[in-house]
Amino acid sequence: MFLARVLGSIVSTIKHPDYNSTKLMVVQPITPDREDDGPSAIAVDSVGVGKGETVLVLRQGAAAALVLNVKLPAVRSVIVGVVDHIDITCPDPQAMNQESATTTPAI
Amino acid sequence: MFLGRVIGKVWATRKDPSLTGIRLLVVEPLDHHCNNAGDPFIAVDVVNASDGEIVYWVGSREAPNALPDKRGPIDAAVVGIADRIDL
Repeated sequence: MFLARVLGSIVSTIKHPDYNSTKLMVVQPITPDREDDGPSAIAVDSVGVGKGETVLVLRQGAAAALVLNVKLPAVRSVIVGVVDHIDITCPDPQAMNQESATTTPAI
Repeated sequence: MFLGRVIGKVWATRKDPSLTGIRLLVVEPLDHHCNNAGDPFIAVDVVNASDGEIVYWVGSREAPNALPDKRGPIDAAVVGIADRIDL
């Protein structure tokens, strides 16, 4: 799963039957700091998201099968949730590890 | 799935029997502003896309699922034509 920001939607008439009655969104993968991370992608919306929202996207066909209720769909990316809040408790895990290593008392 | 533009077709007479009757397209990957986003690749066409059209395509394991019997030696398939991108 990865975080993404919804950039907009796609209108499409001619499509594979697996895409019938689905909503296609343009999503921009982002880092937990909400910075752009890689190229934009297309995902099927299963929760009803709007432009500008931060969402949780899954890039896995088996998950798409579950969400769309279709066996072996030609769908790879699905939006499975809307992110309300991201809490980063340890912004730099590497620095934290080094710190704990130096402060651990020798037995 | 990603956006792309059809920039050509591939004709292959001698090929794996499971690819018989399948159209092959040359697709240029695009970002949401329709700018180039990588090198062109070959994808199977299941929606009769024509040259210059903006399409969306699916890659890897899910690409063969676009074929009628959901299996075949392919790694990318054009699964829809994008009429409009609302940003």
